[in-house]
Amino acid sequence: MGLSAYLLVSAALFCLGVFGLLTRRNAVGILASVELMANAGNINLVAFARFNGNATGQIFALFSTALTVAEVVVGLALVILLYRSRGDVLVESASELKG
Amino acid sequence: MLEKVSFGVVAFALLWPGFKVVTARNLVHTVFWLGLTLASTAVLFIMLQAPFLAAIQLILYTGGLLTLMLFGVMLTARDQGLLTVPNASHRRAFGGLLAVAAFAMLAMAITQTTTLPASPTAPITTQQLGALVFTEQALAFEVLAVLLLAVTLGAIVFARRGDAGSATENTANSIPARKPLPAPNAAVSQAKGA
Repeated sequence: MGLSAYLLVSAALFCLGVFGLLTRRNAVGILASVELMANAGNINLVAFARFNGNATGQIFALFSTALTVAEVVVGLALVILLYRSRGDVLVESASELKG
Repeated sequence: MLEKVSFGVVAFALLWPGFKVVTARNLVHTVFWLGLTLASTAVLFIMLQAPFLAAIQLILYTGGLLTLMLFGVMLTARDQGLLTVPNASHRRAFGGLLAVAAFAMLAMAITQTTTLPASPTAPITTQQLGALVFTEQALAFEVLAVLLLAVTLGAIVFARRGDAGSATENTANSIPARKPLPAPNAAVSQAKGA
């Protein structure tokens, strides 16, 4: 398969993540959508590394995997904090900063 | 031919669970569909001759992250109503339009670019990766270690803030104050001092 097939699949996955990010109301669901988008980026990195023969692409994917997991850990800690102070994890209930 | 069919199957196994992740009503289902997407990504990595990354993907995402997100769901879903929150209907049209438009733009850019490399090169070995991480990318590796430390501390601080002092609105849901650690055994400390 050519590089463009992999890129198309990852673009579709990214757009699914965008849709989820905009429509999900539960904070955990939003985290899952962000996860989809990060995953699409990883596929791109690995595909380009394979077709360009550059190992740094795979290193980049490795680091980005670690970063994504770290981000989800902090995100879940924030979700639990939100739950403690509100009693739910709907993003529209945390709207103090809305003018 | 076989390659095309297998690629199609993997792409479907990646995108259909991805679609379910953003549309499933039950959050537990969402997390499990996400696990299927991440596992399919690992298969895609194997097709791209990156077995090390596929293993990392399975261990870190499907093993660790999925469990963590399940814990997140279980800890924050007090009742069935919170577990199955429908998507915001007024944002569905806007979100769908934006996603389709973004995909159309990306697909056009991908298919019209003529400078993409056509054929894959020699596969990258794990040995090469290891050598690169500890020589050329050593600084990034160390910075990542510092970041992981900061994340660990930050997660602990965030998660413990609730039971540190000021009573929140719903004290019934916050975890009770921890008991102090038992005093060190006097006999043992005396024996050590002697």
